[in-house]
Amino acid sequence: MSATVIDDAPLPQRSFWQSTLRFCKRQPLGTFGLILVIIMAVTGFTAEWIAPYNPTANDFAAMTEPPSFAHLLGTDQFGRDLMSRIIYGARTALIVGLSSAVVGGFSGLVIGVASAYFGGLTDLIIQRVSDIVMAFPLIIMALAVVSIFGPGVHNVILAITIPLIPRCSRVVRSSALTIRSMPYVDAARACGFGHTRIILRHMVPNVVAPFLIMVTSFVGQAILAEASLSYLGLGVQEPVPAWGLMLQGGAEEYASTAPWIAIFPGVAIMLAVLGINLFGDALRDALDPKLRER
Amino acid sequence: MRRLLFGFGLALALPAVAAEAPKRGGTLTYMIPADSPPSFDGHRETTYATVHATAPFYSVLIRINPDNPSSSDDFVCDLCTAMPKPTDEGKIWTFKIRDDAKWHDGSKLTADDVATSWAYIVHPPVGVLSAREGTYTMVDTVTAPDANTVVFKLKFATDAFLPALADAYSYIYKADILRKDPHWYEKNIMGSGPFKFTEYESGQAIRGVRNPDYYHKGLPYLDGFTAIFAPKESTRVDAIRADRAAIEFRGLPPSAVEQLKKADGDRIEVQTSDWNCADVLTLNHKRKPFDDVRVRRALALAIDQWHGAPALSKVANVRTVGGVVFPGSPLAPTNAELEKIAGFWPDIDKSRAEARRLLKEAGAENLSFELISRNTDQPFKYIANWVIDEWSKIGLKVSQKVVPTGPWMDAMRTGQYEAISEANCQSVVNPLLDVQKFLPGNVSAQNYNGYEDQIQVDLYNRMLREQDPAKQRALMREFDTYTLDTAAHTMVTLWWYRIIPYQSYVKGWKISPSQYINQDLATIWLDK
Repeated sequence: MSATVIDDAPLPQRSFWQSTLRFCKRQPLGTFGLILVIIMAVTGFTAEWIAPYNPTANDFAAMTEPPSFAHLLGTDQFGRDLMSRIIYGARTALIVGLSSAVVGGFSGLVIGVASAYFGGLTDLIIQRVSDIVMAFPLIIMALAVVSIFGPGVHNVILAITIPLIPRCSRVVRSSALTIRSMPYVDAARACGFGHTRIILRHMVPNVVAPFLIMVTSFVGQAILAEASLSYLGLGVQEPVPAWGLMLQGGAEEYASTAPWIAIFPGVAIMLAVLGINLFGDALRDALDPKLRER
Repeated sequence: MRRLLFGFGLALALPAVAAEAPKRGGTLTYMIPADSPPSFDGHRETTYATVHATAPFYSVLIRINPDNPSSSDDFVCDLCTAMPKPTDEGKIWTFKIRDDAKWHDGSKLTADDVATSWAYIVHPPVGVLSAREGTYTMVDTVTAPDANTVVFKLKFATDAFLPALADAYSYIYKADILRKDPHWYEKNIMGSGPFKFTEYESGQAIRGVRNPDYYHKGLPYLDGFTAIFAPKESTRVDAIRADRAAIEFRGLPPSAVEQLKKADGDRIEVQTSDWNCADVLTLNHKRKPFDDVRVRRALALAIDQWHGAPALSKVANVRTVGGVVFPGSPLAPTNAELEKIAGFWPDIDKSRAEARRLLKEAGAENLSFELISRNTDQPFKYIANWVIDEWSKIGLKVSQKVVPTGPWMDAMRTGQYEAISEANCQSVVNPLLDVQKFLPGNVSAQNYNGYEDQIQVDLYNRMLREQDPAKQRALMREFDTYTLDTAAHTMVTLWWYRIIPYQSYVKGWKISPSQYINQDLATIWLDK
């Protein structure tokens, strides 16, 4: 006769640092991405202290100078220090990227959960509206919004946020549909809790994992969209330092005579998006139980 | 009549055209830096997109000598037989019209066609737009007393008349067509110029072939032309570099010339010229605090034009510091005169100190506002970035909003702006008329500042009628100082500079101070 030993001791709780270390060990690429994101964030938010020059100040004595000790990444056609503009550009990218991703993500979260929770006609209407918005590629939708509201940082955030909402709500809804039929949700209903409480207290926390993954990927998409809009002259406006705008200013006119004007902002965009995507992928792997143990 | 003998620093790299015998044949392909012309009607439009696309199809009454297009007084006949001398103390101008000119449909061109076309330009019927109607306020009537004579009767004699008559947009249209439908020429082409219209692909290209019945015998040299519309500068530069197009006639920046020279220096010629185009910063007088002359003056005083000009000329199509008059003209200020006007003081520290004092006095310290700019890189983007940086040096916070041409024009016409970056681009150098843009909006439709000022208008009217060169110059100096300093109605920043790189096989074309003139292509030939 065999006896089954049931170990009902609680699972060991890991501290934040232990979890981080575990993540880093298991996800080296994700860690690399996280480092890039941290560098970008620190750079952007401490720009005033670390940028060697005023990013908008023209210096006619140093126009289109190649990289040198005085200007590590060279200068643009106005004599503005490219390194300083890239450092400040990180802030613009973060502001636009984070704002769009967070606002778009949270709006999508609430709409997606509400859509799943209420079902019926509400769900039908929300999903068909989402279908319409999602029929347009992100950049096309953003272009349409900017065309209506005009360029500028706030309008760019709005333009990128709107197409992100249905993308998030669709993913969140699919998770929330499963949760809706869980006994604890029925129990909450039976207790007479209101819709708001059930959605926010009982459903939303249980779809946080896919939501976080979505938001992470949104940051990268939003940065890329901002750069694209600025490159097309519809995003952030001169003289505000923004990577896409720097590309637009230098790529065409100075591609052969002063290529550094376009190369360094391009590299900055690439590293930022790469970092965020690597981190997002790793986060997905870490949070997804099916992928976690692979 | 006084002749304006200008000594412009023009055509610095003119190829030796006169020494070579023109070759006949070939098709010239050139680029037009625009999406498409708003219409084909030269009377109606003000953009080079129209004139670059349609000038080869039309004749004009008189024009600047194509062999000397940088002149402002070397006028020659196109449809007339000889340049006339005015009578009645300069108020009657009688032109004899050549009798060998034919329309492209084969019918004969008469004085009636010329007089009717000019009558529509000077006094357009109700519902018909003539963009330059205001330019011809001195003209009373245009008549054709017989089949070969056209008479212009002026209300008052003025030096401004003859250069105005040489305007490149003043196409001669067929009178019968105009009378039947004055809007016909907006969408159709039928002229008497050196080339016959063959094809227009909307937003793509326009084509013409040689007019075998052209009245200037031996011209044109080309078999035909193809003009390709391309708003993007990189597209145009690439087309010239790859020899898919030979030239574009508006102007490219120094960086483009550098690229072309680097890619294929031997095959690229360059012509340069001062440009009768000035960048203008317009402040909306109907918006506070720009209704306060102290604030407007402060904004002018903050800009260091003397140091900005040489630096920006390396990256943009700008070069010269000047007032409201084309630099180099006898009516333009000398540097010493200019340096006395606000915004042109040689001591920039003193200038900015005064700007700060004025802003403080006006209670507008730390002023922030939006500057609207056109989404055309050259030179609008450069000027806007430069002045925003200059204004930041007196504590102003200025953001920029770059918009396409349509919304840009709308903002000016509807007054929906605080400050806007625009330009005063004119045709044949004719300072007395070129400065009309700076007159109040109730006098000049081109002025968008939103003010009325009878003192300025009276000063202008005296100047327009003045025939004595010295007195005329003194009045223009007074007008310049009043407009830019005393009333500080507007700000003229830098004057543009035209740079035309092209394939060296293009011969017979000479640059001028305006992108509008000398565009009929009749004298161009290809050395292939």
